[in-house]
Amino acid sequence: MTETLTPALGPATGGPPLSRLADDDLELLLLIRHFELTLLQLYGRGELNGTTHTCLGQEYVPVALRPLLGPGDFVFSNHRGHGHYLARFGDAHGLLAEIMGREGAVCGGVGGSQHIHRDRYLSTGVQGESLPVAAGVALHLRRTEPGALACVHIGDGTWGEGAVYEALNMAALWSLPLLVVVENNGIAQSTPTAAQMAGTVAGRAAAFGVDHHLVVSADVNEIRTGLEPLVARVREGRPLVVEFVTHRLGPHSKGDDTRPPEAIRAAEENDWYARYAQDHPEHFHRFDGPARALVQGVADEVAARPPSRWSPCA
Amino acid sequence: MRVAENLNAALHGLLDDDPTAYVLGEDVLDPYGGAFKVTKGLSTRFPDRVITTPISEGGLTGVAAGLALTGNTAVAEIMFGDFAALAFDQLCNFAAKSVSMYGSRLPLRMIVRCPTGGGRGYGPTHSQSLQKHFVGMPGLALYEMSPFHDNRDVLAAMVDRGEPCLFFEDKVLYTRPMGQADPLFRARLDGGLAVVDPVVPELAARPDYVIVTPGGTAHRALEAMRSLLVEEEISGRLLVPSRLYPLDVEALLPHLGGVVLVAEEGTAGGTWGGEVAHLVHQRIWERLRGPVRLVHSAASVIPTAAHLEREVLLTASAIHHAVREALRG
Ligand SMILES: Cc1ncc(C[n+]2csc(CCOP(=O)(O)OP(=O)(O)O)c2C)c(N)n1
Repeated sequence: MTETLTPALGPATGGPPLSRLADDDLELLLLIRHFELTLLQLYGRGELNGTTHTCLGQEYVPVALRPLLGPGDFVFSNHRGHGHYLARFGDAHGLLAEIMGREGAVCGGVGGSQHIHRDRYLSTGVQGESLPVAAGVALHLRRTEPGALACVHIGDGTWGEGAVYEALNMAALWSLPLLVVVENNGIAQSTPTAAQMAGTVAGRAAAFGVDHHLVVSADVNEIRTGLEPLVARVREGRPLVVEFVTHRLGPHSKGDDTRPPEAIRAAEENDWYARYAQDHPEHFHRFDGPARALVQGVADEVAARPPSRWSPCA
Repeated sequence: MRVAENLNAALHGLLDDDPTAYVLGEDVLDPYGGAFKVTKGLSTRFPDRVITTPISEGGLTGVAAGLALTGNTAVAEIMFGDFAALAFDQLCNFAAKSVSMYGSRLPLRMIVRCPTGGGRGYGPTHSQSLQKHFVGMPGLALYEMSPFHDNRDVLAAMVDRGEPCLFFEDKVLYTRPMGQADPLFRARLDGGLAVVDPVVPELAARPDYVIVTPGGTAHRALEAMRSLLVEEEISGRLLVPSRLYPLDVEALLPHLGGVVLVAEEGTAGGTWGGEVAHLVHQRIWERLRGPVRLVHSAASVIPTAAHLEREVLLTASAIHHAVREALRG
């Protein structure tokens, strides 16, 4: 399945040309991409336990947000969180060790792919659950560390959960510095958004008097420019819902993609990876090979580590 | 002093002593002061740290967890304990898990208060004792309010645990006096365990039976103990642990004899009492005259009309009867 994910060079791909990225942004994007591809390969070879959800196609979301968030900000991630973690810490070793249950795992191998806590970063695998928690954290920040914010990543499907609305209501009522990042990839597991969401994300935000910002571009520079002033307002206690219209390139978890070929093709045509390779071939190729090799090295090194250790603590 | 006043004073004390302490819940602000008036005066004295929330039990429990996650002490009130069902996810999958699922201990100082139980005519969805649904969740401790435990100490114990705690407060206790009102019996504390014996030393030394109850059922057990003593010259001992789960069964053992009962207001099946019985059986099976007996409310919804409600809820006479049965063998 991974073969279908290599860039389709040649015919014009979707969207206007992407602007040239800073080296570190490109490196991070490629790190995440190759990390996720490697995970699928490891799964394919039976070398990983359990399940995982890759963010293939959506890597640019946390990369665009990266300089807009500081170390004092909290990030709440979800099941599709490897990109969020790597954008924050760049720590591919710790993350892969966590997923593989090897020494050096961020959380001892207890949490695995979707339950990670490190400093002000926390992910959990129950949809919608972290929004009220993030509201509580934002309440604390507003009072004790004004200027800091809590950012929560959710998908379009997670709007089915009541917890999201309870939290949005409180965030608006209490003027909390809460940034809700919606990665609307048009699908939740196997269910297209149209089959699970009446109305729109924008309409939902409006109902609470919460600002909504729609991002359709996959251009990291452009996204940032648009978001910068809005994120600054969040820090002053004006909650915000940012909705990225994005594309899930890979399966929901592994080998469970039941989408029709046209849908997968549409995701591929929108893939920033292929587009960037076409728009900036020299830049792309200068970093792509090394990123692939780097992740391969991480995978080999981590796989050779002994199992992580943990003693049950309630 | 009434139990509600004692609890109210304990909350005042907590907010006084701990500048990171918050109290949040529905309708907790003055002049209303909470559906059961337990938060009275708090918002007047601590306007910044007493927060009224929308009717969002899951949401407010999550907010409490977020406050705890950032190093605060959070006390959330669920207006009626029945509605803790709406916070089950936050309790089970977030708070209880967060203390340990990230590989190392992440302390959370968080108390969720649950006014619990029947006897006040609130009907089927506002009268339940849901303790059993939360028993056995590592990372979530269960405490129950009692007339014998100063709530100041109980709150401190929950805060010191550094993990989320549910605090069950039997609503009928709110208006009852703290301490032991019946002159036939005397209560003392052995750590977190209240031990209530007849005042007559000879009777206290050799109880014919021992009842274990959570705090909310203690007065009904005592009423049964009184009638057994006065009418039938059978003397018993009552044990009331402040922490229900994880249960410190070792603390119970020195006070137990050959006949042990557990009385609780919840319905039978997968109960706290069953947990107590199992732990006691494992430790002192050979010392027991028979298996630990469990006494419950009837397997029924809890009706609103007083005469019907009385028919299903655990009564003193049911406990009296169960003791007689147990002694008959
Ligand atoms: C409360 C809850 N229900 C169901 C699931 C199972 N599940 C995991 S991911 C997922 C789909 C989520 O869709 P969406 O929010 O759109 O995010 P995406 O997977 O598209 O990134 C589901 C149903 C879950 N983890 N939590």
